[in-house]
This record gives sequence, C-alpha cells and structure tokens, in this order.
Amino acid sequence: MAGIIGKKIGMTSVFSADGKNSPCTIIEAGPCVVTQIKTQQTDGYESVQLGFEDKKEKNTSNAMMGHFAKAKTTPKRKIVEFKNFNEVSLGDSITVDQFAEGEFVDVVGTSKGKGFQGVVKRHGFGGVGQATHGQHNRMRAPGSIGAASYPARVFKGMKMGGRTGGDRVKSINLQVLKVIPEKNILIVKGSVPGSKGSYLIVEK
Amino acid sequence: MDKLKELANEINESKQWPNFSAGDTLTVTYKIKEGEKERLQSFQGTVIQKKGSGVTETFTIRKMSGGTGVERIFPIYSPMLENIVVNKEGSVRRARLFYLRERTGKSARIKEKKHFSKKKA
Repeated sequence: MAGIIGKKIGMTSVFSADGKNSPCTIIEAGPCVVTQIKTQQTDGYESVQLGFEDKKEKNTSNAMMGHFAKAKTTPKRKIVEFKNFNEVSLGDSITVDQFAEGEFVDVVGTSKGKGFQGVVKRHGFGGVGQATHGQHNRMRAPGSIGAASYPARVFKGMKMGGRTGGDRVKSINLQVLKVIPEKNILIVKGSVPGSKGSYLIVEK
Repeated sequence: MDKLKELANEINESKQWPNFSAGDTLTVTYKIKEGEKERLQSFQGTVIQKKGSGVTETFTIRKMSGGTGVERIFPIYSPMLENIVVNKEGSVRRARLFYLRERTGKSARIKEKKHFSKKKA
C-alpha cells in the first residue's frame, strides 16, 4: 500500500459549503524520503522504506548513519515500509501530493495508553446494570469466568481486566477532506488513534 | 496547540461579526434549505450563552414565541449564517443566563446597558 508517515496535530471541526459541520483530524504528513527499496531478488519481497522527520547525528548509531548515507539523506527518526509504491528511486521525496480530496485512506497509529482497566472499558462488557437487589460492589464486575471441577482451570484468552491501550490500531476508510501541500497538511474526517504529536501511518 | 488553531482558522472561512455578549438582543439571519431552494430566515432573541472558542464557538439565543420559550444554537463559523445585528446591549451580571428559563414576562426583562460619556474637565 502506498502511503506516507505523519504526525497527529489535533482535532477540530470543518464546515462544508452547505453548512454541515464535520469533525476532522489534522495530520502533518511528510515530506518523507525513500531510504531503501527492497526487491524480490535482494530481500525476497517488494517494498519501499520511507523515513520521516530529522534526528540528530549524535543520536544515530553508526550502522544507521551508513544506511542513511546510502540514500544520501540526513538521519530520520521514524522509518516505515510500504508496499505497492510505483516507480520511486532511492532518495526521492514523498509528499502529501499523492492524496486527493474525497479519497478514502486508512490511518495506523498507537492508541493512547489507559493503564490497568476493568472488563467494561477493556472488552465492552455490560456490567451488572442494576444497582439494587443485593448488588453491593459488583456494578462493573465480569461475572463467571468458567465452570468448577471440570475443567478446573480458566481457559486461555478469557476476557479479563488488564493493561489497556497502547496498541497498534488502524482506523479504516477515513475521507480526506483537504490537502494543503505547501504546509504538508492532510485533513481527514473523524478521529485517528493516538495522542497529539504521535506518529501515524497514512495508507492509501 | 497554536498550530492547530492556526490551521483550524485556515480551513474555515470566518466572517466579521459584531461583538456581542450574553444579555444582548440579536437578530440573526440565516439560510435555510428546503429541498433544492434556499431562503433566509431571521431569529430575534436574547443571547443566553457563548460557548467554546475558535472554530467550535457557538452562541445560544432564546426568545419567547407565543408563550413558549424557543432556543437556538448557532455555530459562529457556520456558513449558513447570513447576518448578525445587535439590537440592544444588555447589562447582566453573569455569562450564562439560564435563570431566564424559569422566568417569564416582567421578571425576564434585562436592563439595557448605559453608556455614559466622560465629562470634559
């Protein structure tokens, strides 16, 4: 999938000409540099590696410095591989120009970490739903997690409380509302995963 | 954050509206779509609150229509807004005038703001 690497700036709303107000997310995307081109002969599969956002040379290992020197670019902070890019060569610059208004894209990011959460937030359990009739402190409890002497254990993968968020999440089919190439800005309808300033992968 | 505000203003066209605040009486003219046709409608009443900031700012207008209270919320950046006229400036002591909802008639009046010119020495 062709695409671009970006950064979430935040959410706001945008009015269309007929007065409709839609929520939107502003993404600062690109310019990205092609840092490597993987081919069937050399790597066993086809892909294009892009780098986004400069980082300091002193924070870059020698091995990575050599990698970036091959593409003749400065060291980059975020590196992602994409499939189905057509006709790019090493060191090329990839910008938001490839996106058109009205097009649908997928956005991948890391969701906000929420810490240890119960089953209601984590798995969407309904909770008890009744505050009276003998419910003491069980409003958000999971209920039974299995039978007794047989199987005498809790099955693997049982939905229980635990660390929530901080996962790779893909929001699919977000409409591109606006592209501002001069400022490397992409505006998509709706929300995308992650906090402000977090890295995003926009796929076509 | 500043970048967000800057871009939000850039993608939404704003018109110049007169300054107004809670307690003022406004006449708002706005476009209404009926099927294919577009026509203008106006709404006159008291501003009972202004809410939000930037592109998401809205204001609420309340009027009495045949003994029933009617409230309408307008986004300031909405392209459907045609005109805003400040008819009267009200003098009120709070920013949100929800107490008007429990009042009718004489007690629901709002004092008009008085502008005194400075005496020349």
